Amino acid sequence: MTFSISTPHEQFMGLHAKRSEVLSSNIANADTPGYKARDYNFADALKQIAGDRPSVTMKQTHTAHRNTWSDNALNAQLEYRVPTQPTLDGNTVEMDVEQAAFAENALKYRTSLRFVDGYFKSLRFAIRGTD
Amino acid sequence: MSFYKVFDVAGSALNAQQVRMNVTASNLANAGSVNGNENAVYRARQPMFETFRDSMDSSLAGVRVTGINESDAPLATRYEPNHPSANAEGNVYVSNVNTVEEMVNMISASRSYQNNVEIVNTTKDLLLQTLQMGR
Repeated sequence: MTFSISTPHEQFMGLHAKRSEVLSSNIANADTPGYKARDYNFADALKQIAGDRPSVTMKQTHTAHRNTWSDNALNAQLEYRVPTQPTLDGNTVEMDVEQAAFAENALKYRTSLRFVDGYFKSLRFAIRGTD
Repeated sequence: MSFYKVFDVAGSALNAQQVRMNVTASNLANAGSVNGNENAVYRARQPMFETFRDSMDSSLAGVRVTGINESDAPLATRYEPNHPSANAEGNVYVSNVNTVEEMVNMISASRSYQNNVEIVNTTKDLLLQTLQMGR
């Protein structure tokens, strides 16, 4: 018998982890001339995970085969951020925007983590019958 | 786990800002230094930052210092015939370090450094919490 995590939060965690890479790249390049800040189109990526599965999927010929559609969702397009103020050196990193996005992303990761954690905790509770 | 790459990215930025801080320290230490030889006088230095992308994953962008540039801002001359290093005309050249610019650079480097330390701390926290999952 195998267990699979039925919540989309497992995929959300992967997406948040991926996004934290991009946001940390933006913050790291805050002083690099000509760097263009980027971010994932988060709404689309989440819709892809939570909603319909992508149109191209692998055929399951064995019950142990796993779908890798979560990886597909991680292919969400990276888009360039539109700055509110232009800079002389062409850098479009706005530190307050990036910090807010990073904090929000970390919080969302923690939220998804709590849900997945709760799933495992309730599994354990079911097995042991006690906390 | 993609979180580990965040440490590389933030680490490269910490390194670059550290170089910038070192260069600023050199500039401030040599501000106002004089020399009779125009070519030997200290000129303000500035690190050049460049984005470098991970060869496997182009969404990752670290920073590297490609070199240190010397400022070609004009040198001021002072007429000091009694100065031991004055040239034949009795002039000495003063380094072109602008202390106000350097102080701004120092504050900017220190703030950027702090930002990246914060990124490392938050990411470390998230990783540690993930390790505790299901306990």
